[in-house]
Amino acid sequence: MPGKLKAKIVAGRHLPVMDRASDLTDAFVEVKFGNTTFKTDVFPKSLNPQWNSEWFKFEVDDEDLQDEPLQITVLDHDTYSANDAIGKVYIDIDPLLYSEAASVISGWFPIYDTIHGIRGEINVLVKVELFNDLNRFRQSSCGVKFFCTTSIPKGYRAAIVHGFVEELVVNEDPEYQWIDRIRTPRASNEARQRLIFLMSGELQRKIGLKVLEMGGNAVVGYLQCFDLEGESGLVVRAIGTACTLEKLSSGSSTHTHPNTAPASNACNSPSKDGKESPLAHGCRSTHNSPVHSACSSQRLSQNFSVSVPTLIFTGMGSGSMGKDAGPLKTLLRQQTQTALEQREFPFFTLTSFPSGFLLHVGGVVSARSVKLLDRIHNPDEPETRDAWWEEIRQEIKSHAKALGCHAVVGYSENTNICEEVCILSASGTAAILNPRYMREGCLDIAGSDHRFEDPSPSSCGFCHIPYDELNMPFPAQLTYCFHCRRQKVPDVLFTTIDLPSDAAIAGKGCFIQARLCRLKKKAQGEVNATAISNLLPFMEYELHTQLMNKLKLRSMNALFGLSIQISVGENMLLGLASATGVYLTALPAPGGIQIAGKTPGDLNNEQHIMNIQKRINDTIAKNKELYEVNPPELTEEVVGSPIPEPRHRSRLFRSHSESSDELSELDLSHGKKDAFVLEVDDTDAVEDIHSLLTDAPPPKGFHSCNTETMPGIYNWTSALQMFTSVRVLRLSNANLTNQALNKIFTDLCENLLKSFYFKLRSMVPCCLSHLNFSVAVPEEELIQVAVTAVAMTFDKDQTQEKPAEKPIMKGCSEGEEQLQFPLELCADSSSVNSQSSSRISGVPESSSLSTRAASVDYGSFADRCSTWLELLRLKAHTIRRGSVKTSRRTQSLAHSVSSLEHSSPITEGRSRLLRSSRSFGGSSVSVVKMTPLSFLPGTRIVKYLGIINMFFIRETTSLREEGGVSGFLHSFVAEVFAMVRAHVAALGGNAVVSYSMKDCVLMENPNKNQCQCLINVSGDAVIYIRETDLEAIASTVGLSSTNSDGAT
Amino acid sequence: MAVELDVFVGNTIIMSEEVYQLWLDGYTVNDAVKVRMDGGALDEFEANADVVQSDTMDQYRTFQMCERLLHSPTKLANQLLFQIPPHRQATLIERYYAFDDGFVREVLGKKLSKGTKKDLDDISAKTGVMLKSCRRQFDNFKRVFKVVEELKGPLVENIRQHFLLSDKLARDYAAIVFFANNRFETGKRKLQYLTFQDLAFCAGQLINNWTVGAVDNMVEDMDVDLDKEFLQELKELKVLITDKDLLDQHKSLVCTALRGKTKAFNEMEANFKNLSRGLVNIATKLTNTKDVRDFFIDLVEKVSCPENFLSFHFVVWDRYMGVIKSCIFKMYHD
Repeated sequence: MPGKLKAKIVAGRHLPVMDRASDLTDAFVEVKFGNTTFKTDVFPKSLNPQWNSEWFKFEVDDEDLQDEPLQITVLDHDTYSANDAIGKVYIDIDPLLYSEAASVISGWFPIYDTIHGIRGEINVLVKVELFNDLNRFRQSSCGVKFFCTTSIPKGYRAAIVHGFVEELVVNEDPEYQWIDRIRTPRASNEARQRLIFLMSGELQRKIGLKVLEMGGNAVVGYLQCFDLEGESGLVVRAIGTACTLEKLSSGSSTHTHPNTAPASNACNSPSKDGKESPLAHGCRSTHNSPVHSACSSQRLSQNFSVSVPTLIFTGMGSGSMGKDAGPLKTLLRQQTQTALEQREFPFFTLTSFPSGFLLHVGGVVSARSVKLLDRIHNPDEPETRDAWWEEIRQEIKSHAKALGCHAVVGYSENTNICEEVCILSASGTAAILNPRYMREGCLDIAGSDHRFEDPSPSSCGFCHIPYDELNMPFPAQLTYCFHCRRQKVPDVLFTTIDLPSDAAIAGKGCFIQARLCRLKKKAQGEVNATAISNLLPFMEYELHTQLMNKLKLRSMNALFGLSIQISVGENMLLGLASATGVYLTALPAPGGIQIAGKTPGDLNNEQHIMNIQKRINDTIAKNKELYEVNPPELTEEVVGSPIPEPRHRSRLFRSHSESSDELSELDLSHGKKDAFVLEVDDTDAVEDIHSLLTDAPPPKGFHSCNTETMPGIYNWTSALQMFTSVRVLRLSNANLTNQALNKIFTDLCENLLKSFYFKLRSMVPCCLSHLNFSVAVPEEELIQVAVTAVAMTFDKDQTQEKPAEKPIMKGCSEGEEQLQFPLELCADSSSVNSQSSSRISGVPESSSLSTRAASVDYGSFADRCSTWLELLRLKAHTIRRGSVKTSRRTQSLAHSVSSLEHSSPITEGRSRLLRSSRSFGGSSVSVVKMTPLSFLPGTRIVKYLGIINMFFIRETTSLREEGGVSGFLHSFVAEVFAMVRAHVAALGGNAVVSYSMKDCVLMENPNKNQCQCLINVSGDAVIYIRETDLEAIASTVGLSSTNSDGAT
Repeated sequence: MAVELDVFVGNTIIMSEEVYQLWLDGYTVNDAVKVRMDGGALDEFEANADVVQSDTMDQYRTFQMCERLLHSPTKLANQLLFQIPPHRQATLIERYYAFDDGFVREVLGKKLSKGTKKDLDDISAKTGVMLKSCRRQFDNFKRVFKVVEELKGPLVENIRQHFLLSDKLARDYAAIVFFANNRFETGKRKLQYLTFQDLAFCAGQLINNWTVGAVDNMVEDMDVDLDKEFLQELKELKVLITDKDLLDQHKSLVCTALRGKTKAFNEMEANFKNLSRGLVNIATKLTNTKDVRDFFIDLVEKVSCPENFLSFHFVVWDRYMGVIKSCIFKMYHD
C-alpha cells in the first residue's frame, strides 16, 4: 500500500439557497476516492458552512493515486426526500506525486454543477504520503513529470531526449450507454466527466510507465486529446516527448535559479523525497495485477479506410545522403541516424529546441487518413485505433526519409469526426538532429566540441537542405545560403516549429492564414468517406497555394508554426491553415507575383491585368514597409524589381511519398507551370486574386503571430491578456457556391481578428501571440471558429532603437553550454544576462561571439558599445542576484497575497500560516495569470507544479433565460477559466503557461431551449517571480534558509 | 447568414468604462452601439459596425453576469468567476452605485416600497433618466437601506464597509437612507429649489447631532433614527417663548451677540419674538412623527428670517441650533 491520501473539508462559501422556505442550505460533503467514501456532518442553515472536518484518510495504491481524481460532492441534506446535489469538485492529485512539485493542495475550489455552473466555493486541504516502493514491476509511474510546454521547461536541462511516447485508452461513452437513455442528461454528463478524468489519469500513468522504461523522468510537449466518437465510444489519446530532465542548480550553471532546492537528480525515484516514510519496505507485495489492462480499443474497428496521399511541402524526395556535404556532415548524419533508427518513431512533439539540437530542417510532412467508425460486430477483431495511428506515423516517417531527414519535430496529431467519418491527421517538420542529445553520457562534452560537429553557423544552419540536391526528382530553386555561402538553401521553407531563437531574420513576422471551403454532397458511409478523401488532396493543394501567395505578398520566405486543420461537415469541408511568416536572411528574397492573362491580344483584358498587377506590387511594397522587411543588400541579384526574372521565380514544389497509394498519381505539383504566375483565365482566378488582396494588415500598433514569440519583437513588457473567443455562423442560404462560401469563411476569420484588435486596442503597442484557430462544422449549416491567444504589450521604442541588440543576444544564447531555452530573449532577459556575463568572464567562448558577429548584420559601432556597457551592467546585476536563492521565504511573506498586479510569488517554502490566512481570511483572491505561451514576459518561472488537464460539460434546459447560446457559452468559458485558476492557486501557483483549449464542442437545440457544451483545457501550473522583485529582493534580503524549501 | 454565437472572454475582465456607463444608463445594445459609433469608435482601429456591436454585446453580457455580484460588493472581491483587478473592482462598484442627482431628488424621503417603484416611469419621464437606470438606482437605495437598517454602528461607516463605496458616496447613501427612514417630506413645491446635495448636507448634520448614535455609537439602530429622548427634551424649550423673562433675556443675549454683525439686524430685532417662536415651535413638535416629516417645510415656512441666531449656553439649544444654523445656511445658499 504505497500511499495515503488525506483530505480535509474546511469550509464553504457563497453556497446557493437550497431551501426556499428558509433561504438557507443544510450542506454536507461527500469525499470519494476510488470506492471509499467519507461524509462530513451536516452544517445546518448556512450559506457559509464551516465544516472543519477531520482528516479523511484513504489508503491506496499509487496506481490508483495516478488514475483517480479526488471527488468532492457538496449536498443539501433533506430529511424527507433524497439529498440534493449542489455540485462537485474533481481534484487531480497527480501534482502531489512529483518529487519537487506541490506538497499540499489547499484553497477555494468552485463547486461545479453541469446544469447550474459554479455554485459557491469550497475550501479543501489535500495531502499525500507516499511510501517508498522498490517494486520493479510496479504499474504506477509516480514521479514522472508532465509538461504541456513544447520546449525544455525553464530551469531544467535536457540530459537526454528519449523521444516519442504515445498511448490511447478507449471506453464506452456513458452518453450512449443504454442506461443513459433512462438516466437524466445531468447524471450522464456527470458520468462522462468522471470517466474522462479517470481515463486521462490512466493514460498519463501509462505514458509515464513508457517513459520510465525508456529511462526518462519527464514528458515534455504532452498533448492529450479526446475523440468523442459517439456510438462507437470515447477515445483518450496522448503523445509527448520523453526526456531526462535535470534541474539546473546554480552551481552547474551561470543561470541562477532562486528556486533550486538541492538539485534532485533522483527524479525518477518513485517517491517524493520529502515524503518518504520509514514504512518503505514490506510494501512491495501488493502489486499483483499484470500491466496490461484491457484498455485498447477492442470495441473500435475499421471496415473502411482511405489513406490520403499526402504532400511534402518545399521538399524533394530523395533518400540518399548529400554528396557535396563535407565528410564531417555525413558522419554526423550517420551517427544521428543510428541513434534514431533504434526508435520506432523518431518524432518529437517539441517546437523549440536547445541551440545546437536542430541541425537542418527539411520541410513540413503531413499525413491524413479517412476512416469509417463503426460499432464492432466482432469484438475480438484485432484492428484497433492503435493500428490506425501506427499507419499514419509510418507514413510520416517515410515522408521524412524522403526529405533526407531521420526525425520529425514539432509533431502533432489530431482527429476530426463527423458522424461516422473520422479524419486522422498528423503533421510535423522533417529535420536532422544533433545526435548528441540522443546518447547517454554525451552531455558533458564541452560546447566547443559541438562546434566541431556542426560546421554551419546556427543562425542559418537549420535552413540548409538536408536532402541531396543532385538527386531531386523535381526541379527546385536552390541557392547558396545567403549567410554562409557554403551550403544550399531552398527558396522557401515551411515548418511546424517555432522560429529557432538564433535564426537570423529581417523585419518582423506576421500571421498568415489560408482559408478554404469546399462543398460536398451529402452521403453516408463509404461513399461519404470516399468523397471526402477525394477532396482532401485538392484542399491541401489550394491551402498551400494560398499560403504561398500570401507569403510572397508579404515579401517573406518562410513559415513557422504551420498548422493545417481540415474539418468535415455533412455538406462541406473547411480547411484552415495558420502560420507565422518571416523573412529568413539566409534564404533568397522572395520573388513577386506576376499576373498573366489568358488572351494576350485583348486590350481591355490587358488593362485589367495591369491594374491587378499594380495593386499586387503596391501591396508588396506596402507590406515590406509594414513588416520592416529590409534584408541586407548583399542579395542584389534577387532583390530588385518585385517581378522577378523568370528564372528567379520561385516555385512551389510538391512531391508525394513513395508510400502513397494510387490516388497520389494525381499531379499535385505545379509541374512546369510557374507557381507565381497567376493566370487570370476564369472568374475563379479573379476571385482568388481578390481574396489575396482582401486580407487587411493588422492596424497600427498591433502585430500577430501563431508562434511562441513574435519574430522581430524582443522587448516585451509585462502586461498580458489571454482570451478565448468563439464565433458560430449560420449559413442561411442553402445553395451557396464554393466562392460564396469561401468569402463567408474568410470574412468570418478576418472579422474575428478585427474584433480582437478593437477589443484590445487599449494595450497597444501589442502583439497577439499564439493565435490558435480551430474550426468545426457542428451542424449542417453552421461554421464554428474558436480562438485562443494572448495579447502581450511590448516597448515600441526599443524595438526601433536597438536593432543591433538582437544579434548579440542571439550570440549569447547560442553559446550556452547548458541546454536551456533562450526562448524569450528579452522577456527573460536576466537569463540572457547571466549567460552573457559568463561569456565575458568565462574566456573560452568569447571567440565564438566574434565569429558570429561576422555573419550577423551588426548595428553601428555606437550600438555595439552601448550593448557592451549593457552587458557589463547586467553582469553586476547577476552578481547581485546571487543572493536571491536564499531569500525566498522572507520574500513570499513580504508579498502579501492580496497584491494583485504584483501577484504574490507563492512558493513551496511559503509558510503554512500564510497559506491558511489566504484560505480562511478569504478577503481577496490571488491573481492567476494564464497564457498559451511557455513563458511570462518580465518574470522568471521558478517552479513547475504539475499539469492541469480538465474536462467540463455544461448543459442547460433554459437557454433563452441564460441569454441564448452566447450567454450560455460566455458564462461557461468564464467558469472554466475560474476553475483552472482555482486549481492552480490551490497548488500554490500563480500562473498557467502553455494553456490551451483542446476542445470546445457545442451542441444546441434552440427549439427545445436546450444547449450543451464540452470544453477540454490543459496547461502547466507554475510559480513565477517578477524580475523586478528578484532584483529588489537580491538587494534587500540576504538571509537564511535554502533548506526551508524542503521542509514543507 | 447570421452570427449565431459570438463570445470573447478574457482571463482578466475586459471592459471599457464608456460602455459600462452606457449600460448603467440603461441603453440597449443597439442604442449603445449607435452612441459609440457617433462618438468616433469607428475611427479607431478600422472598426466597423459589426465589430462595435460584437464588442458591446460581450461587455453587456459581462456586466449582466457581474450584476449579481455587484449587489453584494464584498463578494466581488472574493468571487472566483471573474478576475478583476482591484482598481477595476472599485470602479465597477462606485459606478454601479452612483446615481443621478435629479433622480434621487425625486425619491428622497419617499418610502422605498413597491408603490414608489411603480411610479418610476413618471420620474423617468420627468428627469430624463432612463427607466432601466431609475430601477437600478432605486434598487440600490433599497438594497443599501435594507442592509444597514438593522446594523449597529455609524451609518456612513456601515455603508462603506458593506458596499465598499467611497466616503463621499457612502455619505450620500447615508443621507438617502436617513431621509427614507424618517420619511422627510421634500417633494413640496416650496422645497423644489433645494438640490440633493443641499438636503444631503442637512441629513449629515442631523445624523451627526440628533441621532442616538451621535451621543453613544454603541447603541442599536442608532444612526438611522432620531434620538427620542432628545426630541422629548426639546419640548422644554417652550419656556423660551412662554416665559416673558426668558424671552427678553434670550433676545438681549442674541442681539448683543449680533449687533453690528448683520445688515438685517434691525429687522431681526423687531421680529425677534416671531422668529424665536417659529424655531421653538418646530423644536417642540418634533416628538410627533408627522411633524418630523414636515421638518424641512416648517423650516422654510416658519423661519422667515435668513439670519442666524447665536445660542444660549444651553446644551440642548446648542445642539438644536447648531444644526438649524447649518441647515439654514445651506438652504438659503448663504
